[in-house]
Amino acid sequence: MRFIVRRIGFLLIALWAALTLNFFIPRLMPGNPAQAIVANFRGRINPSALHAIEVALGIGGHQNLVAAYFQYLGNTFTGNFGVSTGNYPQTVTHVIGVALPWSLGLLGVTTVLGFVLGTGLGALAAWRRGGVLDNLLPPSFIVISAFPYFWVGLLCAWLFSLTLNWFPSLNGYNATVDSPGFTWTFAVDVLNHSVLPAFTILISSIGGWILTMRNNMITVVAEDYVKMARAKGLTPRRILWQYAGRNALLPNLTGFAMSLGFIISGAILVEDVFNYPGVGFLLLQAVGNEDFPLLQALLLLITVAVLVAIFIADIATALLDPRTRNNR
Amino acid sequence: MKRLSSLLGATWRFLRRDKKAFAGAVIMLVLLILTAFPSWFTPDDPAAEIYSPGMGLSWAHPLGTTSFGQDVFSQLMAGARQSVMLALVVGFLCTILSVVVGISAAYLGGLIDDGLSLLTDVILVIPTFPLIIVIAAYTKNANFWTIVFVLVFTGWSYGARQMRVQALSLRNRDYLLAARARGESSWYIISVELIPPMTSLIVANFLSAALYAVLTAAGLQFVGLGNVNTESWGTMLYWAQNNEALAAGYPLWALAPGIMIALLGSALALLNYAFDEVSNPALRPVTNRRRRKALA
Repeated sequence: MRFIVRRIGFLLIALWAALTLNFFIPRLMPGNPAQAIVANFRGRINPSALHAIEVALGIGGHQNLVAAYFQYLGNTFTGNFGVSTGNYPQTVTHVIGVALPWSLGLLGVTTVLGFVLGTGLGALAAWRRGGVLDNLLPPSFIVISAFPYFWVGLLCAWLFSLTLNWFPSLNGYNATVDSPGFTWTFAVDVLNHSVLPAFTILISSIGGWILTMRNNMITVVAEDYVKMARAKGLTPRRILWQYAGRNALLPNLTGFAMSLGFIISGAILVEDVFNYPGVGFLLLQAVGNEDFPLLQALLLLITVAVLVAIFIADIATALLDPRTRNNR
Repeated sequence: MKRLSSLLGATWRFLRRDKKAFAGAVIMLVLLILTAFPSWFTPDDPAAEIYSPGMGLSWAHPLGTTSFGQDVFSQLMAGARQSVMLALVVGFLCTILSVVVGISAAYLGGLIDDGLSLLTDVILVIPTFPLIIVIAAYTKNANFWTIVFVLVFTGWSYGARQMRVQALSLRNRDYLLAARARGESSWYIISVELIPPMTSLIVANFLSAALYAVLTAAGLQFVGLGNVNTESWGTMLYWAQNNEALAAGYPLWALAPGIMIALLGSALALLNYAFDEVSNPALRPVTNRRRRKALA
């Protein structure tokens, strides 16, 4: 119980730090870009849009820093992020709402798939120390992990789309023949368009799971209770998954949360390469359009999502593993 | 002098024994030479738009030319400097920060430890890349030192956490207690007794921070948030992608810089992995002799 309270405390502090960072970034930059942006937009867009930018950047003009800070916090908690200047007159909330399902689908599927496949392969590699899998997987994934995600995306687009023409390499669906809706053809189209981005993220992220699982597993396999299980004559399959695998999995679960931020970073650029209409693509578009209200809201959204995921993973680890509850 | 030669000897023996480390060291050496003397390897001025655009492979242009008529090979060689420098500088600064924060937290303990650990954990969990993008978007055409600053600011926390854990485990060892009992100063204890046993962790830390710097900077430059007028692999990718090099039939313009980034990245990752095996003997590859011994 004490552990959970501590984790909630940490979640709140991290959230507050992220919010505060988000508030101060535009102000701390040399030359005060927040003022420059507002000055730049003045006269070009109507006053309410200008006001929206001022709200997002927290510079009301007439108020001091403290009041602006609290107004910003209030706006954030009520979900009032203003109007997206790049998609005027749509609100930031609406624009993000459209993009969010795409990213959740893409990242959700690839992360779960990567975790399950990677953990399984890692466990098998460690189980047969010096076997084919063990000799092949670690070095190849060390090399693959050194490739930038987006470059793997470029390679996949060039190879599987432009050269072999197996899958489409741009957008989330074919807008000329299809329209979003709950139809069979649309679902197939979406699936078809998500193959390459998903494959790219999977290939780039799976190595991490394989390596950590393999290394944990090597330590666990040497434990006495695994020897005991062998001595009892249990089947190797049972020892592998029920005894060693379960225990080696726990640190991987913590790693899951840690690497989530990393995978999201990679996914932002992968979405950009494939023009995949998710949050990452939106973020980079916002950069290009200097759509700062949208930019700030997206940064906040991604941060909160990662923090909450880490929190959930922490609680799950604590529930599964009594040791973590005691020694922290 | 004697210490230096014995250190070099130990390094050489380590490299000869470990294939991964050897491969990593060779790649790193080649890239360092490229960084120091780029003009030896660039037949043409990398920025000069003097050839016909989009030429294929030839002896004069081993990797063809860009759609602006620049020599791709020269650009590739000239781009090494920025990526390697960035890796080394960010790796170095991150490591120093990690060591200072991690060891102070572990050694001083109490409230200072609580505060520093909280700071480390908060920076650790905040997803850095979107943050970096936003900062770069505000600064516009981030120059070398802006990128360094942002990468160091976001990249030190993982190392600091590891340093703290290891320093904590060393803190109450007998030889440290003995040093304290002798009345040595804190500086002496930290620099002579505490840091040397942590060398392999510090090196591993440098390598992973450098890898982080290479990949993140490449991503930033790829989306046009670096200075797009300098020579680097990331900006090459930016221009290649903006001119649809893949679809337009000169894929090498886009693929070659990625391979170079990956070469640098793999060199760092391979060295890191080898160091991991040094500090954790359980992970060392199973040789036939060791296996026979284990079976006997």
